[in-house]
Amino acid sequence: MIPEIGHMALILALSMALLQATLPVIGAHRGISSWIAVAKPAAQAQLLFMTIAFACLTYAFLVHDFSVQYVAANSNTALPTLYLISGVWGAHEGSLLLWALTLSIWTTAVTLFSRSVPAAMVARVIGVMGMISVGFILFMLFTSNPFERLPMPPMEGRDLNPLLQDPGLAIHPPMLYMGYVGFSVAFAFAIAAMLSSRLDAAWARWSRPWTNIAWVFLTLGIVLGSWWAYYELGWGGWWFWDPVENASFMPWLIGTALLHSLAVTEKRGAFKAWTVLLAIFAFSLSLLGTFLVRSGVLTSVHAFATDPGRGIFILIFLGVVIGGSLLLYSLRASEIRSTVRFNLLSRETGLLLNNVLLVVAAASILLGTLYPLILDALGVGKISVGPPYFNNVFIPLTLPLAVLVGFGAFARWRQDSAATLLRQLRLPLVASLFAGMAYAIWLTPYFTWGAALGMVLAFWVLLSTMSWVKAHMKPGELLNGASRGRWGMVVGHLGIAVFVVGITLTSIYSSEKDIRLERGQSYSMGDFTFTFEGASAFTGPNYDGYRGLVAVAEKGEALTTLHPEKRNYRSGMPMTEAGIDAGLTRDLFVALGEPLGQEGAWSLRIYHKPFVRWIWLGGLLMALGGLLAASDRRYFRLAKKARKTMEQGA
Amino acid sequence: MIRWFCVLLIIFSSTLYARIETHVFNSPEDEAHYQTLIEELRCLVCQNQNLADSNAELAQDLRRQTYEMVQAGKSHKEIVAYMVQRYGDFVLYRPPFRPATVLLWLGPFAILGIGVIVLLTFIRRRAREPSPALSPEEIARAEHLLNHTEEKNRS
Amino acid sequence: MKKRFLIPFGLFAILVVFLGIGLTLDPREVPSPLIDKTAPTFELPTLHNPAATFTPQDMRGKVWLLNVWASWCTSCRAEHLVITDLANTGEVAIIGLNYKDQPRDAINWLDKLGNPYIASVSDRQGRAGLDWGVYGVPETFLIDKKGVIRYKHIGPVTREAVAEKILPLVRQLKGEAS
Repeated sequence: MIPEIGHMALILALSMALLQATLPVIGAHRGISSWIAVAKPAAQAQLLFMTIAFACLTYAFLVHDFSVQYVAANSNTALPTLYLISGVWGAHEGSLLLWALTLSIWTTAVTLFSRSVPAAMVARVIGVMGMISVGFILFMLFTSNPFERLPMPPMEGRDLNPLLQDPGLAIHPPMLYMGYVGFSVAFAFAIAAMLSSRLDAAWARWSRPWTNIAWVFLTLGIVLGSWWAYYELGWGGWWFWDPVENASFMPWLIGTALLHSLAVTEKRGAFKAWTVLLAIFAFSLSLLGTFLVRSGVLTSVHAFATDPGRGIFILIFLGVVIGGSLLLYSLRASEIRSTVRFNLLSRETGLLLNNVLLVVAAASILLGTLYPLILDALGVGKISVGPPYFNNVFIPLTLPLAVLVGFGAFARWRQDSAATLLRQLRLPLVASLFAGMAYAIWLTPYFTWGAALGMVLAFWVLLSTMSWVKAHMKPGELLNGASRGRWGMVVGHLGIAVFVVGITLTSIYSSEKDIRLERGQSYSMGDFTFTFEGASAFTGPNYDGYRGLVAVAEKGEALTTLHPEKRNYRSGMPMTEAGIDAGLTRDLFVALGEPLGQEGAWSLRIYHKPFVRWIWLGGLLMALGGLLAASDRRYFRLAKKARKTMEQGA
Repeated sequence: MIRWFCVLLIIFSSTLYARIETHVFNSPEDEAHYQTLIEELRCLVCQNQNLADSNAELAQDLRRQTYEMVQAGKSHKEIVAYMVQRYGDFVLYRPPFRPATVLLWLGPFAILGIGVIVLLTFIRRRAREPSPALSPEEIARAEHLLNHTEEKNRS
Repeated sequence: MKKRFLIPFGLFAILVVFLGIGLTLDPREVPSPLIDKTAPTFELPTLHNPAATFTPQDMRGKVWLLNVWASWCTSCRAEHLVITDLANTGEVAIIGLNYKDQPRDAINWLDKLGNPYIASVSDRQGRAGLDWGVYGVPETFLIDKKGVIRYKHIGPVTREAVAEKILPLVRQLKGEAS
């Protein structure tokens, strides 16, 4: 019964989405205010029904209703409760449901926090989001219904992919979806502005905080995913350039470009056509990512022929949404007249250059991700494009970005003189050169030019940002809401410095060893000695496993004990759980391999990863920066003012 | 049928757990060489994994083959050629530079070049823009008004 | 309307075409680089008589199939009927390459399901398989009179593949000079 209610709720949500996608948009076009007024209640009702549908599926998981195909395929009675809940979005159908729910959460948020925006504009925005929702719910109902019943319910379900049985991964998808789907708000604002031919600085101001928040979620989602891959996959890597990762990274890069370009459009009224295009791109890439992952064109587990309906459906949906908005763009962008004047040496140029680099970086990832498909489609042969390619192409494209950070922040709007800029930046420039070189020479195990370059850049970002703070900010201003936007920039840029340190030192100075150790034997890696003290069998809730005991000493002094695990899930999947001693300047990482011979010897993999945490720390700082910027009082003041006017009017 | 293994964002699927093999090498250079090779060679039967990360039988065989060839003192080129001869370019995560991949390798830099040229012409045009519709002072004034209406309302 | 604002749409349209074609392709099928190359050689004991050996040179002047199979491979079982029927037509000689298998299991399997092969060779280590670029079982190679691989079928051979691809090619190759 409950699954049927869920199914019904989904259909009702669809009807609300249809209502939301039609009446308000037509109303806004014709000036019928009663139709415009439909937007908010329809969007809120849609959220209600989506929530009911989602709750029904969650309930089916919690009570082990194996008559529901999706529940039977992704959970069993031995699964801990946390993973019963995260199992809801653990596979295709449920993750789509989460996607649609997230979309209606964002839509409802727009209905609540856009009182300063004219009603017709909001109606269009909500209408556009309703159209996207219609597409997604139809996709679910026609090709991937999570409430599908099985004619013969099994006694016991299968298992949630053991990879997903991890707290980090339980919250990774919702975060990422909040980010992906959050870009739909900026997208909808852009489309609405084009529909009403009102592409002015106002829409940039309206969509800026939304873009910021979506970007923060996406950043957190990616950081979580990377961190999870690091400890859960057991191989100490933190980024694999897998198509699925790329699918989330491309919208992030474009979203970052959008953040910067919205600033120019809001403050200077410049680059309007370009900013709209970025808003379309950011969300389009989120959709494209969904297509690439969901359709199986790149990563099919089974030949796609098993279920062609899904791929075709998403492709048509993509064509309508992205194609339609790009056509609209080509019509409206040519009407835009921008007469903003600025010189070569100005903050505008700096931000445009930032945009060009970010967009080119995203384009190269898209190129690398799709190239094998293109060659295959042309019948020219099959190739693989992997990490060696992406590292080779991506790093040179992003290095100039770090260089730009310092100049961009200092340069004035409109026009600046090279002499002033140089005078302001002389000190950080020289200091970062010295500090970076000094670090690479004296504080690393051995000198490499790569490390020197990385550290100089990191110091440059750090010192130029600090001297900007010194020149432009007063210490007390942090608490003052009005300058949070600028503090956001500072924190975000410091995040880049931290991130660059992490990447540089981890990728150059990590050590790794696969080794066979008998009980009591030890292996030394630098200052650290790892002593294997055996492994013993133990039983988990839905797996059996071995837990190893590895004592670690630093320079002869006992430091810690690590407990790497090897699990065999009863569903038949083996997994490793690494033993990690995390530290600010280094991680020690031990993974348990196989028993070798009778003497209690095992194979082990040992890593020493200097500064690896800085990668995620940098990501978190960037997200914090985004959050600070989004909380700038400017946006709230407007909202408050509008509310007051409304109250007075009433 | 629910055959979908990975969630939208999940990075890996299929075999997630590779055996940890312990090999003895003649030199640390050989060991590094072996490591590079198994990281840059693709496991053909896996979803999207290199030899190093995969536990598939084929990956184990190919790792063993790689190890033996490294031990036999074969050069990087020889080992890669050996793999390509059997499995084609698909086995390489570093695509070879050939006519069909020119666009792949040079494309990003070409796009960057085009981007910068477009940018420069755009900026040059902007710098010659005769008279702005609003002077910066006017914009600042408007901004100021916008930001301070609230205070006025309050009083 | 200025044309340059149509560029994003144009690029997207091209992308959609490629994605559409992509839907019809199987990203997991890896074409063999060995097509139209001389078949790699090996000398391996036959399954039923380990003392005797087989090498591809033995088949010189004949058009033949090398079918890679194993008793642990479930889709080989599905394929087996098709292979048996193909063998019964008598149009082409089929050699089995028993890949990474226990000879006893393999012999039992053939006893139970029937033996369509004129001979099976035992590749216990999978070394010959490696040389032939085998990456999954079953796989089937078609070799011409000169010992050149002309066609490779990846995955279980289907009746359609036999009727539309393999038999026509076999007949054509038989007409060629050795």
